[in-house]
Amino acid sequence: MTTVPDHVDRRFRDQAAAAGMLDVAYDFADSPIGTLLVATSERGVCRISFDPEPERELTTLAKDFGVRVLRSPGPVEGVRRELHEYFEGSRREFDLRVDLTPLADFQRAVLEELVRVPYGHVDTYGALAQRVGKPRAARAVGGALNRNPIPIVVPCHRIVGASGSLVGYAGGLERKQALLGLEGALLT
Amino acid sequence: MMEAVAAIPPFERFYAERKDEVFGYLARLLGRQAAEDAFQETFLRALRAYGKLEHGRHLRAWVFTIATRVAVDERRRTTPVGEPTDVPVHDERPAFAELEHLADRLPPTERAAVVLRYGYDLSYDDIGAALGSSAEAARAAASSGVRRLRGKETS
Repeated sequence: MTTVPDHVDRRFRDQAAAAGMLDVAYDFADSPIGTLLVATSERGVCRISFDPEPERELTTLAKDFGVRVLRSPGPVEGVRRELHEYFEGSRREFDLRVDLTPLADFQRAVLEELVRVPYGHVDTYGALAQRVGKPRAARAVGGALNRNPIPIVVPCHRIVGASGSLVGYAGGLERKQALLGLEGALLT
Repeated sequence: MMEAVAAIPPFERFYAERKDEVFGYLARLLGRQAAEDAFQETFLRALRAYGKLEHGRHLRAWVFTIATRVAVDERRRTTPVGEPTDVPVHDERPAFAELEHLADRLPPTERAAVVLRYGYDLSYDDIGAALGSSAEAARAAASSGVRRLRGKETS
């Protein structure tokens, strides 16, 4: 069976992105906390997934942003580079736009507020609830963080329990610990 | 119960599933070199239209339609009818493969009709759509192509 030569396949993936015809471009990135799936829409980074299962990811991306989802390294190159620098310890802030458009208002408000928690600092679920004007919604804030579609860049790992315990992380507590450790914010 | 409308898969899945056979098809029609550009054109056209599809049925026939149009345009543009293109690429389709090298000399629509029918097993309805004509016209083009091939074989 004839197969497409790699350079032809690559050229199509590049051209499709360059022509602005994709709803979502994605690729994979290696990191110290495992392989990540990284995706961008025309508005910015729209997904970072731990332990990606492509079949499921692609379906969700298509539902959220449109069916023209294609693996194409060009558009995600900047994100991969900034993540690499972050994991190397040479980057403390991301210069990336994020696309939170498919989210419900409350979740978006929580995540937008979360971006203000600086590198190396932690805050609590309760404090974040207060800052979005729902002081009694700490639990709902936890839910919103748990479904954060853009972890690491939108730093939900910086939110911990009132007692200082890590509480939870959609990517697993070990990863939360690793990220806080990297930032020098690890609690004892 | 209503039958669920066939969902449109994410483009990546559709592309991954079809890219090799579409490339093989274009290589058979145009030769490997010209197939590279025709492949880009085919999938860029598909991608452009993909967001407007209403369901995910017949995607295989649909992309063969696009590929056929791209290839037919390309051949009309570059090859005088009757002149062979470069070495055809062989697929694992033995019965057809015996005649395949001769199909190079057919006019573009007959060639596409023969290759789609005997090489890729598309229905005459789909081939008619691919050629921008009807099932009857597709059948006629395929059988005229086959007649010509038989003539060449014995000549």
